[in-house]
Amino acid sequence: MASSSDMGSADFESLSSTSDVELLKRAWRNEKAAPEILPYEGDLVERAKGQIELVEENIEAYVENGIDPLVVSLYQMDLDRTQFLLRSYLRVRLLKIEKFMFHSLKSEEAESRLSEQEKVFARRCADDLAKHFEESVLRKLPENYQSVLKQSLISEVDDMVPEPHLDTFVVCRSKSHFTLNLYEEGESTQTEEMDRGDLYFIRYKIVKGAIESGKMDLI
Amino acid sequence: MSTRDDYITTLNFSQLCGQYLSLWQFSILEISFVCVETEIYPMAGQTDPHVSLFSPEEVEFMAEDELVEIVPNMNMEPLNFIAGDFGRFIPQIPIQVPLWLAVALKRRGKCTFRPPGWLSVDNLTQVLEAEREPQSKFQALPFSYVEIARLLFDHARDDIPDMYMVRSLVEDIRDVRLHKLENNLGTFLGTSAVKMENVSAMEVNLVRPFARRALEAFYKHDKPEVVADRNTRSSRQPREANDEPRRPLRQR
Repeated sequence: MASSSDMGSADFESLSSTSDVELLKRAWRNEKAAPEILPYEGDLVERAKGQIELVEENIEAYVENGIDPLVVSLYQMDLDRTQFLLRSYLRVRLLKIEKFMFHSLKSEEAESRLSEQEKVFARRCADDLAKHFEESVLRKLPENYQSVLKQSLISEVDDMVPEPHLDTFVVCRSKSHFTLNLYEEGESTQTEEMDRGDLYFIRYKIVKGAIESGKMDLI
Repeated sequence: MSTRDDYITTLNFSQLCGQYLSLWQFSILEISFVCVETEIYPMAGQTDPHVSLFSPEEVEFMAEDELVEIVPNMNMEPLNFIAGDFGRFIPQIPIQVPLWLAVALKRRGKCTFRPPGWLSVDNLTQVLEAEREPQSKFQALPFSYVEIARLLFDHARDDIPDMYMVRSLVEDIRDVRLHKLENNLGTFLGTSAVKMENVSAMEVNLVRPFARRALEAFYKHDKPEVVADRNTRSSRQPREANDEPRRPLRQR
């Protein structure tokens, strides 16, 4: 278990030592606050799972050896906390997959954000849902309207597919001082200076890149 | 338009003034928003509050990783948690541990708390005076001060000198800050980014749904035009006449 203790306040991750729990907490927080699915943190989840299993074995060993029940209960608490983070992280992702099922299977880029098991889940879910729609409703509609993804054959885009709402405002905090272009390309460039630790209500689309590169955190 | 906004603000005010909101109460607020603002959201863009919102328990969970100082009264070997390693516990030697660990130890009578520096009568009185000044910004308080204070009051009464005084001060500070938040929310005029200084985690969580919907509505209506970016949190410049090419949506 190569974990290192947090230095100082647990809110600002120090550059050198950040424990897995901190990283998992950050991933969980970002995932909860973001309107779309963020890239899957495969390594982190694997490491966390490994550590959890190790601690579970340790606890069993402790209980057999009759170590002080206080210590055992403390280890159990730590284990519970980490398990909660991991489970909630995966659960939030599953919820988002269910919400945006067809959307996440449409493009390569969206699919690459899911883990292998999530991809299987998404495909099965989408197939089941499509089958259900077809059998209950779509077969009975006139020819032009039988698609699951489009409203009718005349539609140019898949307008029956709900897309994540990227214009949502989120609360974020930057980890260092940098400037941000408040608008997308083509619109007026207005920059905002962000100091370390200031909270901002800002459109998700603008901070998307910063979050994925790790410069900002969602609160 | 103005009556609807008054309706929203009144709802919001009553919610903010309450104690820790349960998720149930939040959903009432969300339902009323949906009823009032349904014409703004197309089906595909409906935001689901339950995916993104943190419950108060989850905010507390996040705060529990903060480090606090305790003085153990027993001997214990170092603990190698997934969260980190916490060193030997030696009686009468203070040590820094996460809040959840400290509370657990305290409940079993194995340690006493050393209250954090900001949780003293002097500091809190100072903060309260500063907050009460009209037109002042939010004072610097630890990000999770609400949660830390509440946990300490629940479990470590005897470790805080002048506990009742400190508790009433913290509650007063909370009320003043919430009131200030609520007033500031009323001065939004369509910005693309709102800066909030020194707002704590619980307060952010409270205003998040309302502010999000308000800002989204503004953005939707203002999209094609240039919107001046403002720092609405420092109400030193509450509503100066920026060169906004469009009429304000609300007159107060």
